[in-house]
Amino acid sequence: MTTLIYTTCLGLFCMLAEVLNLRKLLVPALIIGLSIIFVVNMQQWGITTPASIGSVSVSHMIKMDNFAIAFSGLAIIISLLIFVLSANYYKDEQNQLSDYLSIMVFVLCGALVMFSYNNMAMLFLGIEILSISLYIMAGSRRFDTRSNESGIKYFLMGAFTSGFLLFGIALIYGASGTFELEGISKYITAGEIAPMFYLGISMLMFAMLFKVSAVPFHFWSPDVYEGAPALITAFMSTLVKVAAFAALYRLFSHCLGGTMYYIEPMLIIVTGATIMVGNVTALSQKNVKRILAYSGIAHAGYMLLGVLSSQTNAASSVFFYATTYAFATIGLFAIAIMTFKSNHNENVEAFNGLAKKNPFAAALVSIFMLSLAGIPPFAGFLGKYYIFSEAIRNGYVTLTLFAVINSIIAVYYYLKVIIAMYSQTANDKTLVIHPTYMVVAIICALATIGLTIVPDMLMQILR
Amino acid sequence: MENTLQAVPQNWYLILSTLLFCIGIMGVLFRRNAIIILMCIELMLNSVNLLLVSFSAYSGNSDGQVFVFFIMVVAAAEVAVGLALLMSIYRNVASTDINVLNKLKW
Repeated sequence: MTTLIYTTCLGLFCMLAEVLNLRKLLVPALIIGLSIIFVVNMQQWGITTPASIGSVSVSHMIKMDNFAIAFSGLAIIISLLIFVLSANYYKDEQNQLSDYLSIMVFVLCGALVMFSYNNMAMLFLGIEILSISLYIMAGSRRFDTRSNESGIKYFLMGAFTSGFLLFGIALIYGASGTFELEGISKYITAGEIAPMFYLGISMLMFAMLFKVSAVPFHFWSPDVYEGAPALITAFMSTLVKVAAFAALYRLFSHCLGGTMYYIEPMLIIVTGATIMVGNVTALSQKNVKRILAYSGIAHAGYMLLGVLSSQTNAASSVFFYATTYAFATIGLFAIAIMTFKSNHNENVEAFNGLAKKNPFAAALVSIFMLSLAGIPPFAGFLGKYYIFSEAIRNGYVTLTLFAVINSIIAVYYYLKVIIAMYSQTANDKTLVIHPTYMVVAIICALATIGLTIVPDMLMQILR
Repeated sequence: MENTLQAVPQNWYLILSTLLFCIGIMGVLFRRNAIIILMCIELMLNSVNLLLVSFSAYSGNSDGQVFVFFIMVVAAAEVAVGLALLMSIYRNVASTDINVLNKLKW
């Protein structure tokens, strides 16, 4: 609970910084503030006192269990890395800097609520705090029609699914008489489930699968990712995806686990379709942001495998996978943003000959691409391994085989970028990577390699 | 009959709000003007409000009515953001027809 309160205060501080003329201090203050919040968040580890504000208990709304704390820590680190990038990314838009940064902090607030909700009302509020802030950020390039289009597409589809989410919650409430996860879970175990309840969870699932961009509800994600500013795309494809998955996982592990027999067939089909459509469509893409959007859809499919196995505490493998995916994606975007900028081009050709212009950056991009593809020496491989072994333990052997075959197909489009870097001829434009971008990329690379050496560090904490 | 809301059978509320919700969905799917789509989304959210209030009145549990306030606040924020996005689009392309938004395609 303190994590959430401090983060909200930090967001308010960012808005006020503009008024108080503290613009230069903004990014350092944010980085220090988020580091403090990270420490505060980790101090709550293992403490089981119910969440409260002052003396008022809010434990029926929010429950900071270890799952929530672990994911909050990951989300704070992701945002830290993004804020480090934002200092240079927004250097030409100083007038709006504090607005952008405060809205991004509010996205983090929404994510924190989604990790720790204990009531359907908080799930709804978390999703909306996160989404409404993101609608603004996706459309934040006001004079660029592509950014506008991305914002309005995201907005219309997001608001449309919010309607479904709410109708689902209303029907669940009508049947079970409560919004609390434990109450709903008790209602399920008591038997005598009303038909209305099944319709409710179907609509709820539709909305949640939309938020994680699972096939067939994925059409928004490539368009939104392509049109949004690159930094926001990095934010969306990491923090938002992780938040949506944690929320979905929490829904199953705390509440809807008892209705797995009903959801399972639908979820198996969606998982298979997500993995296949994501990977196969990515093969023919030229725009790097779009490739990453489709690869994000495919990764959503792998994480759905983890959600399917939520009955046997797959939280740690989902957490590990989310961590590896987030670090590889942020690192990739850190280099890609500079490459896009210097070439004024967001296609794969922008990477042509990067190995000659900047061999170190090219090596980093290769590490991230190989980690996303799941090639052994990097953390992405272990992430896939844990998810797949968890799925096999739960008896989804065919689905896992299907996922393995698809992850082999995926190697093609990741290698496409690596081939462009190492074997295409370079244009004569020079590429200088700003030190802040380099620092972020190096941190991500160290994490990507480090996690393979000590995977237990993350795997043990959620056991 | 302690409550005027309960003068009408509960199923009628369910049917009415489902109908309103479906009208909203149809509007979102078939209309091409972004403002009308926005209104239809509001219709969907308000049908949920009606449903929640009626469930709450019948079960004698006030949680649902509190939830309605959350929905109203969020819907207001959502509309504000949506209209702002529409304004910036209208300034660039002088239209609120969503068919002109076709720059991003696979």
